[in-house]
Amino acid sequence: MINIATAVDVAALKDTTLLNMGIFGLFVAVTMVIVFRASRNNKTAADYYAAGRSFTGSQNGTAIAGDYLSAASFLGITGAIAINGYDGFMYSIGFLVAWLVALLLVAELLRNTGKFTMADVLSFRLKQRPVRIAAAISTLAVCFFYLLAQMAGAGSLISLLLGISDWGGQALVIIVVGALMIMYVLIGGMKGTTWVQIIKAILLIAGAAVMTFWVLAIYGFNLSALLGGAVETANNPAVLNPGLQYGKTETSKLDFMSLGLALVLGTAALPHVLMRFYTVPTAKEARKSVVWSIWLIGLFYLFTLVLGYGAAALVGADTIKSAPGGVNAAAPLLAFHLGGPLLLGFISAVAFATILAVVAGLTITAAASFAHDIYANVIAKGKADAETEVKVARRTVVVIGILAILGGILANGQNVAFLVALAFAVAASANLPTILYSLFWRRFTTQGAVWSMYGGLGAAIVLIIFSPVVSGGPTSMIKDAHFAWFPLSNPGIVSIPLAFLLGWLGTVLDKSREDTAKQAEMEVRSLTGVGAEKAVDH
Amino acid sequence: MGNEAHTPDAAASVDFEQVQSTGQFQELRKRHRSFVFPMAVAFLLWYFAYVLLADYAVGFMSTKVWGNINIGLILGLLQFVSTFAITGWYVHYSNKRLDPIAKEIRDEIEGHEFDKHGNRVGGTNK
Repeated sequence: MINIATAVDVAALKDTTLLNMGIFGLFVAVTMVIVFRASRNNKTAADYYAAGRSFTGSQNGTAIAGDYLSAASFLGITGAIAINGYDGFMYSIGFLVAWLVALLLVAELLRNTGKFTMADVLSFRLKQRPVRIAAAISTLAVCFFYLLAQMAGAGSLISLLLGISDWGGQALVIIVVGALMIMYVLIGGMKGTTWVQIIKAILLIAGAAVMTFWVLAIYGFNLSALLGGAVETANNPAVLNPGLQYGKTETSKLDFMSLGLALVLGTAALPHVLMRFYTVPTAKEARKSVVWSIWLIGLFYLFTLVLGYGAAALVGADTIKSAPGGVNAAAPLLAFHLGGPLLLGFISAVAFATILAVVAGLTITAAASFAHDIYANVIAKGKADAETEVKVARRTVVVIGILAILGGILANGQNVAFLVALAFAVAASANLPTILYSLFWRRFTTQGAVWSMYGGLGAAIVLIIFSPVVSGGPTSMIKDAHFAWFPLSNPGIVSIPLAFLLGWLGTVLDKSREDTAKQAEMEVRSLTGVGAEKAVDH
Repeated sequence: MGNEAHTPDAAASVDFEQVQSTGQFQELRKRHRSFVFPMAVAFLLWYFAYVLLADYAVGFMSTKVWGNINIGLILGLLQFVSTFAITGWYVHYSNKRLDPIAKEIRDEIEGHEFDKHGNRVGGTNK
């Protein structure tokens, strides 16, 4: 019958460190072998960035799900629901509904007009140089924020597994993760990381399914009983209602709106998700990938609801908060409660592989953006050969890896889903208006694009820097400084409308007109798929 | 400056403005936009209505319907249902109403190229 929460003994975790690390090490070794095997054919730029456009819709859809179901989804959402109850569920819903924007408005049109990066599409009918530079800068910024979140997740996870709670030890963990990730990307390229994403997505969804089934079985497959268990452990019926985290003040309610806006508009503007639409041969396969990933992601987010409330009921919010890794430790602690060290080892290895693979995907996107958009098209003015471009991309990987390690050390301890929502806000502000305007608004001009991208990006980043996330609060990155004048922790509600407004204003105030032939070409290509590059044979 | 990303393909010398002005293409664009725009507006309104309710109508959302399951949870789960339904609907619509006409236009462009004067020139150059 109903198993009333027996407290998880966090100290007992230390005794199983060797087993955890053994399972984890095996997993890393297996994926490394796959990456090596998959990377033998990495010859051209299309191979390195777009995996030779050789993946099928369902393979690519699984890889998209792998990219998207990052540490934020597994560790972050489970933790957010376990501690804040219903308000954490908001992440699941926003992250999923957002896919409709991608499916209906962006994915296929983008696949038909671009080649490797988001900037290919944005600069299609506008002036190459300014638009490419802006798009590449915003890509780098979004990837950086997303990487911060993943690094914070890795820090939480390993410090829980190894029982490391001191700052220096966790920093060391983040450095090791960063080094592993650089190796993955340098060797594997897009094809290697795509295979890692596919394997990891299957394992992650399977692992979450097993845990969900287990939790439901404890409560006799009765969701209501599970929710009752969460109320009982928390000793607070409000965990089932909205508002526990965001309902306190008018400002926090506004913050909830801001989060909701950023979540739903961010996905279709995430450069590493957009880049995944290029690894398939046709728009029809791009559509299939999105449909496939919507099903997988939706299923997974239904699991997180059970896992979150399961962790609240069986582990308890207080135990989670006081464990090394804090709020991000909810899912691993639940695994330990259910299946002991074996399940914990497996789930942690999958979660860690998730972080590694997502980080690799992000890094490769950022590297492609720098090498393809800034180096090849702006610095070398289109004269760089493919070999040099790939070399520049690989060097960029190393630089980004180092930056991500430094940022991850700073962001350590924050909820991963919350940090990722910042990346969503930056993406929705900097990229989405220009993507939509250039696909659907004939009159849109370069000035509009540049104003919107720099305006949206600048506003989002400035508002984050001067928000309680960075300074002034008990959970801020820099606890001792107080320079927060912006009250909301997510900037979306200000920066996203501002970016749309600037794109419109920049265009109507622009006296010059863009090339109508280019506009016609983009529209015809985007809707019909004529001339889109087919799969490359090996 | 040209768009070097796209030069070497079968459609390089096509007069796209000519294609854009054909009735067939106008029809494709109309069909695409008349589906995706209303649908995007509809699901965004439904999503924001849900967020606003969760934010400002906590009492209503906390109303228990069945056991511990309240209106908030049901509406949240309905967001999942509507997302899956719209996805299925769009795929069905694309397969039936968009893909055939897009393929016709594509075959026409790749088969008989339009030259810069809008005249068809016979044969393919593949």
